[in-house]
Amino acid sequence: MESLTRGPYGPGMTGTTSPSGLHLPRYLREPDATRTPVGFPDYKSTGLRAPLRTPVDLPQRLTEITGPVLGEDRVLPTDADLTLRNGGEAVGQRILVHGRVLDSDGRPVPDALVEVWQANAGGRYRHVVDVFPAPLDPHFDGLGRVVTDSLGRYEFMTIKPGAYPWGNHHNAWRPAHIHFSLFGRAFTQRLVTQMYFPDDPLFGQDPIFNSIPAAARHRAISQFSLERTVDNWALAFEWNIVLRGTDQTPFETEDDGDVA
Amino acid sequence: MTTNPLDVPDVTEPYQPLPGRSRTTGFLEGPLRLGTSPSATVGPYLAIGLSWPDGELAAAEGTPGAFWIRGRIFDGAGAVVPDAMVETWQADPDGGFPSPMDPRGAASYEGFRGYARAQTSTGEYAVHTLKPGRVPDGEGGLQAPHIDVSVFARGLLDRVVTRIYFADEAEANAEDVVLRGLDEGQRATLLADKSDDGYRFDIYLQGDRETVFFAV
Ligand SMILES: [Fe+3]
Repeated sequence: MESLTRGPYGPGMTGTTSPSGLHLPRYLREPDATRTPVGFPDYKSTGLRAPLRTPVDLPQRLTEITGPVLGEDRVLPTDADLTLRNGGEAVGQRILVHGRVLDSDGRPVPDALVEVWQANAGGRYRHVVDVFPAPLDPHFDGLGRVVTDSLGRYEFMTIKPGAYPWGNHHNAWRPAHIHFSLFGRAFTQRLVTQMYFPDDPLFGQDPIFNSIPAAARHRAISQFSLERTVDNWALAFEWNIVLRGTDQTPFETEDDGDVA
Repeated sequence: MTTNPLDVPDVTEPYQPLPGRSRTTGFLEGPLRLGTSPSATVGPYLAIGLSWPDGELAAAEGTPGAFWIRGRIFDGAGAVVPDAMVETWQADPDGGFPSPMDPRGAASYEGFRGYARAQTSTGEYAVHTLKPGRVPDGEGGLQAPHIDVSVFARGLLDRVVTRIYFADEAEANAEDVVLRGLDEGQRATLLADKSDDGYRFDIYLQGDRETVFFAV
């Protein structure tokens, strides 16, 4: 019952309260056992890039518990349907991807910018570096943007991305995935991640997927959703995204007017 | 025994609480700790999803006092990383943040967004911004002017976080609670130096000069 037990952070942990009364929430950090490491030897590119020294603990202060407000002004109405570009329809299996953005306390994160990008149905990105000889699709650019609603819900229409080879090892193929970028409300909550599809046969050989500790891998996999599948139109996959939440200690006063 | 930690009860009321307000209304009783979504690398194609025409502008062009911070990112072999993204977040010159999460209230400062994102495809990143003011450190003092930085790249499975401080703020730097906890060599990796049109701040992912990265 991972979902309903307390984390390793005991109850009553508080954020910083300064002599001047500045009271800050404290965003909890995922434990090492379930947090993706920065570097992972089987993923070769991490070798020269992932820092080798232990990061220095930075207590969360004002810069860390605040964050940019990015929302509707970053999004066009057409950004929520990736299947329509350049006056035509993208090739591929049409899918509706939907879910909620929550924090680890289970609170929805409303009005939050969600940016996504992905390969086309053949596994090709519209990017100069991608030389995989699968065709580009003139009606697919692979970019989507949406903003969560008041309950933290998001959804966009796209096509199922193809698997693609990437040269990490012989016959290395990335499982089908969609890249996601989220801000939440605080610098600490920033997340860039990838959503996978259920039962992908490529999981076993993919070091990027397997860099996620085993106990947390299921969190990166969407679920098929017959309920939201659109009759005669598109399959649906549901994926909820959980950002770091704060401790549950209530604020002591409603009128802490003496904050620094 | 395994259950899906993302299979949470439906929420029927919008989330409203902000700092300084009660968080009990409309919310579950007691802590419900969900496992956070695992981070993943941005990969080599981040430019598709994360390019904004105005991404580099934490301060709008023409904002009085604004300057550029430019820098390169080096890997462990000393090669320039051409496919990274740098994001910055900082206070305005008065020490306010354009964020409702600031318990002192959201600040606004003409032309200032506080946030920038910049890619390194030309070999270096560039961010147009203002010198941040000093903000309380929560321990009764003031922090030196600083910018929080996230670096994303192929080969990094999670972002790495550092801070830009300013070499020309020696007095404030000497009082800064974060810098005080570092040795001289570490501090040096966090200092941006004056340049023609602002400051230069290079980031070393590995090596003798490895930048100090923070766990937040
Ligand atoms: Fe990818």
